[in-house]
Amino acid sequence: MRTPQKMWNRWARRLQPGLILLAAACGTAAATADEPATDRGRQVYDKWCAPCHGAGEGKPGTIAAGAIYKGSKPAVLTERRDLTPAVIKTAVRTGVYVMPRFRKTEVTDAELEAIVAYLTHKS
Amino acid sequence: MATRLPPGVSRKDFTDALAQFEAAIGKDWVFSRDEDVDLYRDAYSPFWHEEEEPVPSAAVAPDRVEQVQQILRIAGRYKIPLWTISTGKNLGYGGSAPKTSGSVVLDLKRMNRVLEVNDKNHYALVEPGVSYFDLYRYIQDKGLRVWIDPPDPGWGSLIGNALERGGGYTPLRDHFDAHCGMEVVLANGDIVRTGMGALPGAKTWQQYKYGFGPYVDGIFSQSNLGVVTKMGFWLLPEPEAYFSGTVMAPKHDDIYALVEAFAHLANSGIVQGTTSVLRTIDFGPPDPALAAVRVGASTSDLERYVAQKGLGYWTVDLPFYGPANVIAAQWEYAKKKLSVIPGVSFRDGASYRFPLDQAALEKIPNPVPLGVPSLTTFAIGGPRSQGHMWFSPIIPMTGEAVVEATTVFDQVYRDLGSPAGALPGFPIWSFFPRAFVIIYFFPIEHDVEKNRRNREIFRRLVKTAVDHGWGEYRTHTAFMDDIAQAYSFNNHALRRLHETLKDALDPNGILAPGKNGVWPRRLR
Repeated sequence: MRTPQKMWNRWARRLQPGLILLAAACGTAAATADEPATDRGRQVYDKWCAPCHGAGEGKPGTIAAGAIYKGSKPAVLTERRDLTPAVIKTAVRTGVYVMPRFRKTEVTDAELEAIVAYLTHKS
Repeated sequence: MATRLPPGVSRKDFTDALAQFEAAIGKDWVFSRDEDVDLYRDAYSPFWHEEEEPVPSAAVAPDRVEQVQQILRIAGRYKIPLWTISTGKNLGYGGSAPKTSGSVVLDLKRMNRVLEVNDKNHYALVEPGVSYFDLYRYIQDKGLRVWIDPPDPGWGSLIGNALERGGGYTPLRDHFDAHCGMEVVLANGDIVRTGMGALPGAKTWQQYKYGFGPYVDGIFSQSNLGVVTKMGFWLLPEPEAYFSGTVMAPKHDDIYALVEAFAHLANSGIVQGTTSVLRTIDFGPPDPALAAVRVGASTSDLERYVAQKGLGYWTVDLPFYGPANVIAAQWEYAKKKLSVIPGVSFRDGASYRFPLDQAALEKIPNPVPLGVPSLTTFAIGGPRSQGHMWFSPIIPMTGEAVVEATTVFDQVYRDLGSPAGALPGFPIWSFFPRAFVIIYFFPIEHDVEKNRRNREIFRRLVKTAVDHGWGEYRTHTAFMDDIAQAYSFNNHALRRLHETLKDALDPNGILAPGKNGVWPRRLR
């Protein structure tokens, strides 16, 4: 649901730092968990997924997941335990909401398997 | 097996061409199965679920310039239209999808080499597949003290964004202007290097733009006259500091003096970064009381409201980059210049010294103005947004233009209704020198009727802009013909010139037919 507060939060991130100062300060997200994983999967994830789904400020995938799940699931993707290979592959190849599809020149099938291994190894 | 065909190309010819593409670049990098080709569809298409959505027939992804030459020669032989993408993230403007359905996408993402970064004279030479994230990481890994100038989407290509004449935030924010030297493959496969690059063994390809003779780089921007395979960019020496100072002007009519003073500061080089002029009630913190005030409110009512809140009617943040003592002097000068506005107030904003460590960077909601690529902008539209496109007319850098533009565009919304999820106001940006650009968010829906409605509103806004002498700087592929049609001085003399160049440089009409309204002879 688009509340005025949410509209403001979204636009404050894009617009002027000075206006941000006029609003309530946003809290900072928790640090990324230190988890074992396949190196390759983590490298691919860090390059292609973390800018949107990682911890910290300004990650739109994390912001969206926080708004949609309202705490029922972790907003940071690497903290999820319910991701299946099919869900991950579908998301990458068909997109989800504002997330576009990723082409095979960006994430190859082998790299997608590595992402799957990284995100599901702890499930 | 490809199921779609390029326009005017037989099944047999297309099959033969695909086989030749495979021979040239390898089977793995020619995509013709629908499940692979569909990855190139526009993720933010304003034609979701409609027949009009342009869909490619195949994609080819070369790894080096010699393969680009071969692809162009094969395409020319069979008159197959190609649509070139760099990183394919031109989202909001067509993404990785072509203008003409059935085109083969020439995907340059694999050409992703950072060929040089010079931190003594501050420039880089890159291939099209290099994203802002890629170059930033390269620079960080090597510990070089130079800044890139990212646009809002960090996954974009330096080359692609500059060729589309995109903008960023730092003093090198006009990305096409910040380029220096190109390598271009022409439709016949010939390789051209522009500027000093035309001189074999040149030592200054990325240091002097113009070379000798007619300067041609501009014809390869927003263009379908060649395929750019290398491009140089000037980088910013890492500044000592950044500071942002907020200016709040109390009255509606202060906009005239505010913009005049801002233009003086910007054109004097005092303010060198991108900022925006915001009507605070449109973009300020939400307040339930405001909703009540806004209904039928006069300008005086709104002025009283913002005064009570301790805000300005207009808010501008001035960004400064450079030595800390110089910045302090620039801010003092700016305040003096802006003090012609009665009741104007100022507030010190963000202040950073560089380099920042990673922990400090991660606390900054949007680090893009600090030369750090990000995807923060994609939070626009909310958690269930399905995409967006942009209405982006260039208007004069005057208070009169700001008032006129917001008034006439507001009227379009009163006449037609505003798109669901639209912004409450029109952000006025200074991405480019000397003029303002409005960057207005249009939501994309997976709903045919909503998209049709939004396209109608979009076209009305474009027409309204043209009626007032304002043209768009860039647009989604869906509206390229509309925009090009508006640039009609002297019986479309500019379009006729573009077509003359097109017919001379690309007689088979294979390069991006219809790109920015320029069509090859056989498709006109």
